Amino acid sequence: MTGGALAFCLIMVTGLVALIMANGLGFFWPGDIYRFTLKDGREIAGQLVEREQIPGSDTNVPGGLFRIKVKQANRDLYGTDFVWIDESAITKKDKPADAILIHRREWGDFIGVIVEVTDAGKSVAKGPQEGLKFLKSLLPQADATLAAIYAIEKGDIGQINYRQDALRLEIKKLEIKGEGARFKKAGIEAQIAELGKQYAIQSARIDELKKKQTANVKLTAAGGVEKELPLQTVVRVISPNTEGVIGKTLIYMERLWEFLSGDPREANTEGGVFPAIFGTVMLVLIMSVIVTPFGVVAAFYLREYAKQGTLVSIVRIAVNNLAGVPSIVFGVFGVGFFIYFVGGGLDRMFFPERLPAPTFGTGGILWASLTLALLTLPVVIVSTEEGLAQIPKGLREASLALGATKFETTWRVALPAALPSIMTGLILAMARAAGEVAPLMITGVVKLAPALPLDGYWPFVHLERKFMHLGFHIYDVGFQSPNVDAARPMVYTTTLLLLLIVVFLTLGAIMTRNRLRKKFAGSAV
Amino acid sequence: MSSNKPNMTPENASPQYIPGSAGGENEKKPGVRISSGNRADNSTPGSKILGEPIMEVRGLNLSYSGKQALKNINIAFLKNRITALIGPSGCGKSTLLRCLNRMNDLVDGVEITGETLFGGRNIYQPFIHVSELRKTVGMVFQKSNPFPKSIFENVAYGPRIHGVKNQSDLGGLVERSLKAAALWEEVRDRLHDSALGLSGGQQQRLCIARALAVEPEVLLMDEPCSALDPIATAKIEDLMGDLKDKYTIIIVTHNMQQAARVSDFTGFMLMGELVEFGVTTKLFQNPDDKRTIDYITGRFG
Ligand SMILES: Nc1ncnc2c1ncn2[C@@H]1O[C@H](COP(=O)(O)OP(=O)(O)OP(=O)(O)O)[C@@H](O)[C@H]1O
Ligand SMILES: [Mg+2]
Repeated sequence: MTGGALAFCLIMVTGLVALIMANGLGFFWPGDIYRFTLKDGREIAGQLVEREQIPGSDTNVPGGLFRIKVKQANRDLYGTDFVWIDESAITKKDKPADAILIHRREWGDFIGVIVEVTDAGKSVAKGPQEGLKFLKSLLPQADATLAAIYAIEKGDIGQINYRQDALRLEIKKLEIKGEGARFKKAGIEAQIAELGKQYAIQSARIDELKKKQTANVKLTAAGGVEKELPLQTVVRVISPNTEGVIGKTLIYMERLWEFLSGDPREANTEGGVFPAIFGTVMLVLIMSVIVTPFGVVAAFYLREYAKQGTLVSIVRIAVNNLAGVPSIVFGVFGVGFFIYFVGGGLDRMFFPERLPAPTFGTGGILWASLTLALLTLPVVIVSTEEGLAQIPKGLREASLALGATKFETTWRVALPAALPSIMTGLILAMARAAGEVAPLMITGVVKLAPALPLDGYWPFVHLERKFMHLGFHIYDVGFQSPNVDAARPMVYTTTLLLLLIVVFLTLGAIMTRNRLRKKFAGSAV
Repeated sequence: MSSNKPNMTPENASPQYIPGSAGGENEKKPGVRISSGNRADNSTPGSKILGEPIMEVRGLNLSYSGKQALKNINIAFLKNRITALIGPSGCGKSTLLRCLNRMNDLVDGVEITGETLFGGRNIYQPFIHVSELRKTVGMVFQKSNPFPKSIFENVAYGPRIHGVKNQSDLGGLVERSLKAAALWEEVRDRLHDSALGLSGGQQQRLCIARALAVEPEVLLMDEPCSALDPIATAKIEDLMGDLKDKYTIIIVTHNMQQAARVSDFTGFMLMGELVEFGVTTKLFQNPDDKRTIDYITGRFG
């Protein structure tokens, strides 16, 4: 009976994971490109996505009852990425060797056949084979140019903007202070002007680099439409029909790496999720750093110091019930208390020069972490208390009988003995926190954050910044993006990633706990 | 507790009170009459002044949440002697013992009246530092309770708490304490192994070493051998004989042979009362009270 229940649970969980894996892991695999010729003479080329029975059709008729979904790409030409084709309408199906798939920085994928590659208006390579070879050889150079432009934009120009902003705030500060600052102000304005000149220099560098981007590739899409793509819009060229398994595996790895380490493109439906991974992990870590001391101190107080009575019982019941409060309620509390009250207060006190633009008075990773910490506090308290209750009375008495004070006993005997339980509480808290989305949506998660909460600008950790989160990313990509069909595999992949991250964080904590247990039970200095 | 007690320092006490000799020549210092506790002192033929008490209990009553566990206890514990407390289960031996280092303070709803003197001072006075008292009056529990740390750390725990930081000082102290507890030879090669890997008897001796490491003056032992086999018990009994030179030992035991073997004085308790207290040989061979006779002849409890 219980065995059955256990088996059922296991089957459910493995089934869920298998479903997510099946849907998510295939996303990066470059599928073959088929060309379908239809009865009405149309030609459609694309990757096979799925095959299903036409709803309401008679199953007894052999053939012609199925339809297929094809990713034809070329959204800018056809309007949609996907088409359904009745199998009965297909007269011919083949895999043209010269069909290629191009990942673009905008408008999604492109499927077509290369006509020629041009550079500065002159044709440098003609035909599919020549063109592909040439294109591939040009790509690294184009990527390098793009990277250089990006580096200037983010690095040098970013630095200039940052310093200009800081100086403007300085001026505002002086203005708030009032008189006697005019002299200083002039100096700062001169600095700003100087930075403006530097800005001009850097933009000139960018223009210079952009002049190098002269190569184009001309392709024909299925149906005979021609399209010319500037080389800098091309991320990757794949020729799936001629690529072997090893080649495809390499492409798979490359895309997986892009997914893990890159920034998102195209309203998050393509590219990577690195900022979201970063945000998720950082959020959970900050949450852990906050919740552990508070939870542990609260538990120690409740169990060791407070006089056990009705009041403590009520507090304990309240804490336990806190765990059952819907997470969005915590979110609302976070907004009302942390953001408006604490954050707003901080802004008025320390950042008056930036007002009315809020600094801490708006959602940010700190407030989101604090909200999650509040949410997971009961878990830590309860398991710490359980740990404390399990410590044999003899141990405490031994310490007290040696002349240790109550605090020394708590610190040197009870705390080490309770550490494994504290870790258990933390593990549960982390698992819960990593999966929460609702409270985050109102306390600082965004679809696309301009910068990570950790970077090279002083003070390096920017706890007031908004951040990205995998859970929210899933929601956003899966249900808020303009192109839900194209984004669906991404949803599964991201879900899988979120699961993996939760597992990794938890495993890390479990390993720490086991080490502590061993230390607690075994030799220690 | 301060170490300069008026008349209780070992230096001035030891030469005057040679074991076994009567302290009659010492008139100024308060001696104690060893007698059957609840009766008038002079009604007991065996009563005589035998030495200087290091701890003394006068008119002690204790109740746990209103339930009386000790009734008007009067007893004195002589310096550098072993005093045994015997009596049937639940008669209050542990309770009395735990009054002597204020371990009963930890129990909710406990109420204590009467005086418990250490070096002539009532240890229940508000200005007494309980942790200082417990450092001077050490305790070994019935169930050995080593910390889940290494052997070394177990012994070093107390000294560390009391401010010994120097590693070599600690090392010397640990070695001396382990030697005093007759454990050194067995554990010298594995000082940094977990204490929980020791046998029961070794663990108990480790607890004794741990208690000795803070250099107490009195050692309270609550049935220290009850979980041990005869060989381990013998070891600990031998140990007590050695420790007697430096420490005052008060031991609770269920084992009357043990009490007879190791102790100089024995108190017999029954239902919260101290029925009879006197020199061990006298109490076992020629007790005054009918109840004592019943108990030691096994007709009772
Ligand atoms: N913490 C406590 N709270 C309430 N009652 C207690 C507590 N400790 C002991 N008692 C009661 O006080 C009485 C004396 O207990 P105590 O432990 O001193 O007996 P004991 O002589 O040591 O017995 P044993 O030989 O079994 O150890 C018993 O009736 C016991 O139930
Ligand atoms: Mg007892």
